[in-house]
Amino acid sequence: MTTATISRWDRFRESFLWYSFKRDKIAIISFIVLLAMVLAAIFAPLLAPADPYDLAQINIMNSELPPAGMAGSDPAFPLGTDAQGRDMLSTILYGTRVSLLIGFGAVVLQAALGIVFGLLAGYLGGRVDSILMRIADVQLSFSTLMVAIIVGAVFKASFGNLMFGEIAIYMLIFIIGIAEWPQIARTVRASVLAEKKKEYVDAAKVMGFRTGRIMFRHILPNTLSPIFVIATVQIANAIISEAALSFLGLGMPETQPSLGSLIKSGFDYIQSGSWWITLLPGLVLVVLVLVINLLGDWLRDVMNPRLYKG
Amino acid sequence: MSLLEVKDLDVRFAVRGGDLTALRGISFTLDKGERLGLVGESGAGKSVAAFSILNLIARPGYIAGGQILFEGRDLAAMGERELRKIRGNRIAMIFQDPMMTLNPVLTIGTQMVESIKAHRRISKKAARDVALSKLNKVQIPSPEKRLDQYPHELSGGMRQRVIIAIALLMEPEIIIADEPTTALDVTIQAEIMALLLELCEQDNLALMLITHDLGVVSQVSQRMLVMYSGRIIEQGPTREIINDAQHPYTQGLISALPQMGEPGQRLFQIPGAMPSLKNVPSGCPFHPRCKFAMEQCELTMPEYVRSGNVDVACYEVSNLIAREKGMQKVEF
Repeated sequence: MTTATISRWDRFRESFLWYSFKRDKIAIISFIVLLAMVLAAIFAPLLAPADPYDLAQINIMNSELPPAGMAGSDPAFPLGTDAQGRDMLSTILYGTRVSLLIGFGAVVLQAALGIVFGLLAGYLGGRVDSILMRIADVQLSFSTLMVAIIVGAVFKASFGNLMFGEIAIYMLIFIIGIAEWPQIARTVRASVLAEKKKEYVDAAKVMGFRTGRIMFRHILPNTLSPIFVIATVQIANAIISEAALSFLGLGMPETQPSLGSLIKSGFDYIQSGSWWITLLPGLVLVVLVLVINLLGDWLRDVMNPRLYKG
Repeated sequence: MSLLEVKDLDVRFAVRGGDLTALRGISFTLDKGERLGLVGESGAGKSVAAFSILNLIARPGYIAGGQILFEGRDLAAMGERELRKIRGNRIAMIFQDPMMTLNPVLTIGTQMVESIKAHRRISKKAARDVALSKLNKVQIPSPEKRLDQYPHELSGGMRQRVIIAIALLMEPEIIIADEPTTALDVTIQAEIMALLLELCEQDNLALMLITHDLGVVSQVSQRMLVMYSGRIIEQGPTREIINDAQHPYTQGLISALPQMGEPGQRLFQIPGAMPSLKNVPSGCPFHPRCKFAMEQCELTMPEYVRSGNVDVACYEVSNLIAREKGMQKVEF
């Protein structure tokens, strides 16, 4: 083996994905914005001027200070402060972190469930298919929010507020992940139904591969493009679901705010003129969801097999 | 004992409103190193026969009766675990369309290494070396490079070579080739057939070649089977059948070859079409299209009679033989 093998990076540089990305301004901008937000969220503890979780740093006297450039603003708080005197910039950075974590976590859970159930239903067919897809139908007939509200309320009632604060993030990942898996399962099942009729599957059977190996090693990689597309959109959906739940008071507690609970915490003060507490995290949320959706649209166009054949 | 012996194999498809019989009473043998051609029109059951040998008929199809003896063990009655040890390992299969048979998202190397590791406990490095040696064997240009390429980066002919290399990976005793050259253009067809023939001779492999191309069968195979509507209607040494076909259907197939026609004349065509499995004619399924059809053809399926070294299922042929022997016409 003396020939130099082509590295993955070279392959990527030659790929259609990279080619179309370079030529799509919206995709580039969305990606840069998203990357900046993700990096800012990951490095929030380093970037944020204050730690919003640390009660000792908060001074109630600083509450409801407006953002820089407005009358009465304090240069120490460039985006102003909320009703408890927390620095808005820091809370937004930490809030984005929580929102993104829940978004990604929920989609990883959804994808894991959706891929396994979708593959089983599509490949095995028959009774397994009917049972799994009926479960999915039942699941889809409840709205995500409704399921989340019920489960959230039960959790909150049984664990109490303090305990709830600690497990809230896992609970939200769990709820949103469970509530949305049928979306991915259906997509996977549809592609598996198309893939399993192809000759390479027969060839794999003839080679004596086990069923599990055929499903996960041979069919799954061929169904990845729609999974990627739907997962991207689902991240945005999960972030919105989390924000909605938090806004309803069933999501992240105010001591560990996500973007949704920040919006909610400012909502009470909008009437008294402190609009920035709601508006700024709201803007961040809109931009975050928008760039993820724009990237999802771009991915869908690129990975559409009718437009591009691998 | 033959390497592979198929005895009275019946394959049916369970569909709404009863079973359809796709294969009826198929019997043949395949010896070590023998090359057997299986010909027939589309829908005659050639591919079903190939899949049923590996006991891989997809639902709603099932093996309704008969035996498939591989080295004396019945594949039709074997458990899935045991079958997996034979599939790909002892009996390999090559498919028609090389575009479709390779997994589009895995590199050639990955697919070959995976195939080896499904049957042998072997390191990835060693498996890669085996893969490379097989790619060399199928005379693919720059084999090391191919291992890291994806199927779409190869031409059709090269892909079919890769598929043959994959079939050879485990050094099987039998290769079943289901129309291996149909999807390729003519020059590549000849190359691939020559390669397959050479490899079989080299390693004394048994080859079961499924095709509708009588030309290929006559060049490659020593014995041939002619199938019609799920039955074998004629089988014997290829040379004898091609030179002097007994069954009216086989005669029709041979006269339909373009090289048998006169330039400028319409090509010969067997009138009618292969019956659908849903309404197979009674008796000999060929009788509605047969110019020799007589009354008993509509009533019962003829038994095999031997003419030279060829077994034929046809009343006309059995009558001819009877007449030649100077006996009275056989009464039915």
